[in-house]
Amino acid sequence: MKEAVHLVRLAALFAAGFVAFLVIRQMVVPAGFGKYGHFRAGALDDIRARPISYAGHGTCEACHDDQHNVLAKGKHAQVSCEACHGPQNRHAEEPDKVKPVLPDTRVLCASCHESNSAKPKKFPQVVASDHSGGEPCKSCHVPHNPKLSTEKGQ
Amino acid sequence: MEPVTKLVEGFMYPNEVELQWSILIVLYPYITGLVAGAFILASLERVFRVEAVKPTYRLALLTALAFLLVAPLPLQLHLGHPERSFEMFLTPHRSSAMAMFGFVYLWYLAAVLVMEIWLDFRKDIVLLSRTAPSAMRWIYKLLTLGSQNISERSLQIDDRVGYIVTVVGIPSAFLLHGYVGFIFGSVKANPWWSTPLMPIVFLFSAISSGISVVLLIYMAATRLRRQALDMRCLDTMGSYLFYLFVIDFTLEMVDLTHRIYEAGESFQSLDFMVHSRLYFSHIVVQIVLGTLVPLALLGSAQLWRMSEARRKSVYALSGLLIMTGIFAMRWNVVIGGQLFSKSFLGYTTYKLEFATREGLLAAILLMILPFIILWALVKLLPPWTTLAHEAAGGRDGGNT
Amino acid sequence: MTTRREAIKTAARLLVLTPAAVAYFERPTSADAPAESKYDMAKHWWAMSIDIEKCIGCGNCVRGCANENAVPRGYFRTWVERYQAPAYPDEDHPEVDSPDGAFNGFPEKKKDNAKSFFVPKLCNQCAHSPCVQVCPVGATFETPDGLVLVDQTYCLGCRYCVQACPYGCRYIHPEKQTVDKCTFCYHRISKGLVTACVEVCPTGARTLADLKDPKDPIHAFLRDNPVQVLKPHMATGAKVYYKSLDESVR
Ligand code: HEC
Ligand code: HEC
Ligand code: HEC
Ligand code: HEC
Repeated sequence: MKEAVHLVRLAALFAAGFVAFLVIRQMVVPAGFGKYGHFRAGALDDIRARPISYAGHGTCEACHDDQHNVLAKGKHAQVSCEACHGPQNRHAEEPDKVKPVLPDTRVLCASCHESNSAKPKKFPQVVASDHSGGEPCKSCHVPHNPKLSTEKGQ
Repeated sequence: MEPVTKLVEGFMYPNEVELQWSILIVLYPYITGLVAGAFILASLERVFRVEAVKPTYRLALLTALAFLLVAPLPLQLHLGHPERSFEMFLTPHRSSAMAMFGFVYLWYLAAVLVMEIWLDFRKDIVLLSRTAPSAMRWIYKLLTLGSQNISERSLQIDDRVGYIVTVVGIPSAFLLHGYVGFIFGSVKANPWWSTPLMPIVFLFSAISSGISVVLLIYMAATRLRRQALDMRCLDTMGSYLFYLFVIDFTLEMVDLTHRIYEAGESFQSLDFMVHSRLYFSHIVVQIVLGTLVPLALLGSAQLWRMSEARRKSVYALSGLLIMTGIFAMRWNVVIGGQLFSKSFLGYTTYKLEFATREGLLAAILLMILPFIILWALVKLLPPWTTLAHEAAGGRDGGNT
Repeated sequence: MTTRREAIKTAARLLVLTPAAVAYFERPTSADAPAESKYDMAKHWWAMSIDIEKCIGCGNCVRGCANENAVPRGYFRTWVERYQAPAYPDEDHPEVDSPDGAFNGFPEKKKDNAKSFFVPKLCNQCAHSPCVQVCPVGATFETPDGLVLVDQTYCLGCRYCVQACPYGCRYIHPEKQTVDKCTFCYHRISKGLVTACVEVCPTGARTLADLKDPKDPIHAFLRDNPVQVLKPHMATGAKVYYKSLDESVR
């Protein structure tokens, strides 16, 4: 054994390193790691806590049942409010402070209805420049119920 | 956005346009390959008792250590959050090849290389701790771990333990580099990488490049020290290099033939890539210059008698070509594997930058660094057997 | 019942039991769990259905996702591809494009005699995720409710998962330098909303689905339609189910 003292010392050095590693590991690994799997359980709450920008059409309908009723009767019934109005969660939370900017129908309507050969054939499409000649779509159609405005009275 | 999209031909998934792994990740398997190769060369002498390569034994060990110390640096430099890399040891994910690599690396560094070098050099360390100039003496004293025992018996024990370490070290070296191959070979999403042959191809190319680098260092160092080259050693290394490289080449050809014959869904895409964007680095550099030419050179040195001077230049040239070819092979694997879209419908381009964190400059510095470390290691622990004996006689061994 | 438990509790305190025993009696029971943890992971298994015949390539989903999740421009958690698969003899060479990920929809590009359609893409929330498998540290993981998420505070930015994803759904966030990807809007669906892309999809091409909910229309969708996932040979357990997926789609 005397002849191998240096080896024992080397082994002790390695052992000390290993113990130090275990101690550090105990201290540094975040709490909750491994609770649901090989990850930090708190990450789930972190991700769930992110802020929302789209309130969802259910929220809009609670205050805007006028628009909702119009919408529900027309061809846009399945289009949700924020598909046209953009993210409005801040408006829904503070309607007096945050007022939505109304969309420009020339741009908005074309983004869905501009004709494109890859679109499903049964989807109603127009070549906007021919169809309206640069006029805003809303001058003939009602956005919430896209039938022609002239039909309204009928 | 505009210049980036211009680099794309055909269709790439939008997130694919940017390459993820740069030249630094090319260096990583290259450097670990040199480590594994140098170590296998060293173990030739120790375990397989190939006496002829003895002059390179200690040099090969130090070379392996120098490169191993640098191996994690390109990875660190490339990480988005290097400061978090210790998590790999704290909470390693057992199914991840990369996490396990951290442990294989540590095992190899601490348990194999450092231990083997320490055991092999212990006598020199103890002697130097008595004779070296005062500042250095303290370093050597520290390295002796406070034991001045270099009795016949203790050295015998060292030799025995060292032998065991080497025997364990060979599979460890295989593991180390085979594992690097596995990191790529196990990515099923990438058909250019995903093949069970990858670890083996990586391993044999690693051994070839490792032997080449030690051969070149040995030739250069001997010339710098104005000593005579040991031709028997060179010839033996040359023949081993030849045989191993034949195996390496065969494996790569098996892989290639298999791919061409199977011609799976990705084949057209990969084939096009090899004939266009990878033509220079794959066909010209890797296969012709880096494989066929050195094979012909080394083969002719086996077949025909040549003068000593000519053999020397054949070995030096082959070594250089093999190292270049294997670098190109790593490049083609790492960069090539990202040039095509996983939709197999398009290709992107790798733009090598210069003075950025992951640019060419960083890569060059990282390739110089192991040689600086090696130089320091050689100063600290002179591997030349003759000098170590002189040091024993009282001369300063660090002054070569 | 409550009074009896109350009594035991007081008794325990009076008897000066060990702190561990007190903690045992005071452990939260389901009845007095805090209100915000109403979301029960064990009750959900999220998926999505996509009907290719309904997609009009408007890009609302891409913009909606970017708004909702602050996705940096030029990177995509969801995107839309346009396939134009020509007829024989070029049927093997579909022309595919996705200008800016379809952030602004698609300009008309006529191709005669070609089958043309849009394919929305997003993370498939694989049940056997190749990306999770390779993460060295547990920064990306599968949740008990069937999602694949990223812990931004734990990710090293090694990019191995980006390489491992067969679908190209991951990117490195240019500022955070960590990996980022679709979360199925976990912050929304855990509050009872649908994902942003589903919310703003005008045609109902995308539908969020909960496979553990027996009343979810997904069950009828899967039963009544021929349905496919992307790259089924990868065996990733993808949970985004496509109806009318063409053979040419990669
Ligand atoms: C808490 C009730 C409330 C909710 C919820 C709400 N709004 Fe409003 N909204 C209002 C009120 C009040 C006004 C009128 C503000 C005014 O005229 O000054 C308004 C006005 C608007 C306007 C018209 C602005 C204008 O210039 O005339 C739009 C568009 C609108 N809301 C969209 C939405 C959408 C989309 C949602 C769903 C995300 C929503 N709102 C949710 C209360 C609400
Ligand atoms: C197809 C797109 C579309 C959808 C879907 C839509 N809107 Fe609108 N909405 C518009 C446009 C366009 C205008 C602006 C009309 C104008 O400029 O006069 C508008 C105007 C409004 C206004 C201003 C008052 C008015 O009636 O003109 C309110 C309030 C409003 N929308 C709420 C809603 C709510 C709530 C929903 C969902 C129930 C909804 N919108 C859905 C396109 C849409
Ligand atoms: C977010 C996408 C979207 C936007 C924006 C949008 N629409 Fe529509 N529109 C639809 C959908 C979806 C339908 C229903 C198609 C169907 O029934 O197949 C539709 C139907 C219609 C129809 C009925 C066509 C028919 O077959 O009767 C008209 C007209 C129309 N839209 C006009 C407009 C006008 C005008 C605007 C601008 C105010 C507009 N749309 C904005 C999605 C949109
Ligand atoms: C000058 C009035 C006018 C304007 C402006 C106008 N439209 Fe129309 N639109 C019509 C009339 C009239 C019809 C019904 C005739 C028909 O079915 O062809 C119609 C029909 C449609 C249809 C249904 C086509 C179909 O195939 O069922 C769509 C979609 C449409 N319009 C979209 C738009 C869009 C988008 C804009 C704005 C770029 C717009 N319209 C502007 C008059 C107008």
